[in-house]
Amino acid sequence: MRDMLELTELTGIATLQDSGRRGFEKFGVPASGPMDWFAYQAANSLLDNLPNSAVIELGLGELTLRALRNTSLSVTGSGYEVESYLWTFPLWTSFYVRAGWTVRVKKTGGGNWAYISIAGGFNSPVVMNSRSTYLRGGIGPALKIGDVLAPANPPADLLKLAARNFSGAGFMPYSQTPFIDVIRAPQADWFTPEGICAFYENEYIVSLPFDRMGYRLQTLAPSSPTNTITKKNARELISEGMMMGSIQIPADGRPIVMMADSPTAGGYPKIAHVTRASLPLLAQCEAGAGKIRFRETTVEEAQENRKKISMVFKTPQDWKRMK
Amino acid sequence: MLKPLGDSALLIQLGDEINPALNARVHALDALLQTIPAVIETIPAYCTILVRYDPLVTTYNQIKNFIEEKTSLLDDATHRPFRRLEIPILYGGASGPDLEPAAATLSLPPSELIRLHSEREYIVYMMGFTPGFPYMGILNEKLTLPRLPTPRTRVPAGSVAIAGSQTGIYPVDSPGGWHIIGHTPLKLFDPTSENPFLFAPGDIVKFSPLPPEKDNLAHAASSTLPPLLPGEGQG
Repeated sequence: MRDMLELTELTGIATLQDSGRRGFEKFGVPASGPMDWFAYQAANSLLDNLPNSAVIELGLGELTLRALRNTSLSVTGSGYEVESYLWTFPLWTSFYVRAGWTVRVKKTGGGNWAYISIAGGFNSPVVMNSRSTYLRGGIGPALKIGDVLAPANPPADLLKLAARNFSGAGFMPYSQTPFIDVIRAPQADWFTPEGICAFYENEYIVSLPFDRMGYRLQTLAPSSPTNTITKKNARELISEGMMMGSIQIPADGRPIVMMADSPTAGGYPKIAHVTRASLPLLAQCEAGAGKIRFRETTVEEAQENRKKISMVFKTPQDWKRMK
Repeated sequence: MLKPLGDSALLIQLGDEINPALNARVHALDALLQTIPAVIETIPAYCTILVRYDPLVTTYNQIKNFIEEKTSLLDDATHRPFRRLEIPILYGGASGPDLEPAAATLSLPPSELIRLHSEREYIVYMMGFTPGFPYMGILNEKLTLPRLPTPRTRVPAGSVAIAGSQTGIYPVDSPGGWHIIGHTPLKLFDPTSENPFLFAPGDIVKFSPLPPEKDNLAHAASSTLPPLLPGEGQG
């Protein structure tokens, strides 16, 4: 055993997530994986981990880890800061931790999810080709106080991985008032022109309760004919596949954006679909606080944009020493 | 008809109704799509297929061409591979609490409901709702019922249920709004197994009634789940 970290304090929800569970969506198993893929990928990238390595996803709370051996960690995300031993580290960095030190990930506001990665990626049982936790499906328990975590493939040179700064962080403009790029979804033409207009004109906040399955959105203004998303007729959708980013409009007209643990199929018409590049921005919008506006884009533009962003993960030369 | 679903998936629509022939085309095309290299995953449903692809490997237009090529290979004579499964079921009693009320609503004796439910072969049109839940049909039209007015907060795993023109089996304890008419001792979902699912989309299923006295199943009580979002209702 290479026991490395003990979870000594925890509020909120902490689960292990890797890049997601593939190949079982047709059987009704969500892809899961991180709510914020950009922060997840950066956390692993900072430590030269394999891109599908498991990390701790911390949501809406705080945690404290005690190092049982020397290791290197990285923390990314939005709305948190890190204290390790005597120092406070900004997010999007990696740092060396000595045995006995305590690492706290503290909530500061302006985001929901933090990603804590360890050199070598966290070890846990692989269930259906993935280490991603899917609580509703009974796959993997949530992390709890007293859990002891170990890396899957600890590297020999830990110091080399420490004190790195993720230079690509600026490529994801986290904000609590983001524009979210969306692409017309298959049932967009089921809605009246006024309804479509309302969808793009409205300012939405994420309402509680919200979780890894989906975010419900609501307008701040009381509903009126001009801000209601209306369908052209009472036509019902025959259930069909959906996934993270799909925006369903149920009968009450309040959009639901499907997130990482999205059911694989749904029966409400989909008005639009959030681009991969915008999903992290939406994921980090705080319930009751973040204000969202949607903006239409094309598949071509979205794919170009996505390619640009993915470039920041490509080369190790991107690393800059912090000092 | 192909439409994008975001920048890393698209939806193929082969029709707009629930019928066995159309669904057979869905599963036949789904089998052909598995040979396209950039396809990560597919979700075949009643009359659509969601196709996830890697936009860092291919573009929407490229994948669209690949799919149109495969679709052109489909014709009515397309033979699709399928499995035939026989599912033991204990009708009624404590594990099928809605059998008698459902039969009463349908003005049928319970034995006739059982006969009509177990005489047919069903297609697994699609899977979803919870891991391993098969949406099967079409029921004999004499068995058509609306959903329960108030969904149950917990339906035990293994419950066999009907609603509308469909029948299904709950793989895990979950909320549910269908009429529970029986129970199967088979395990539909085991995440730790090499083959986690009993069913696959496109399977052909027939129920075989167990004699009532032979079976006295106690359901394993397990966790209660939080309420579901409306989006994941049992379509």
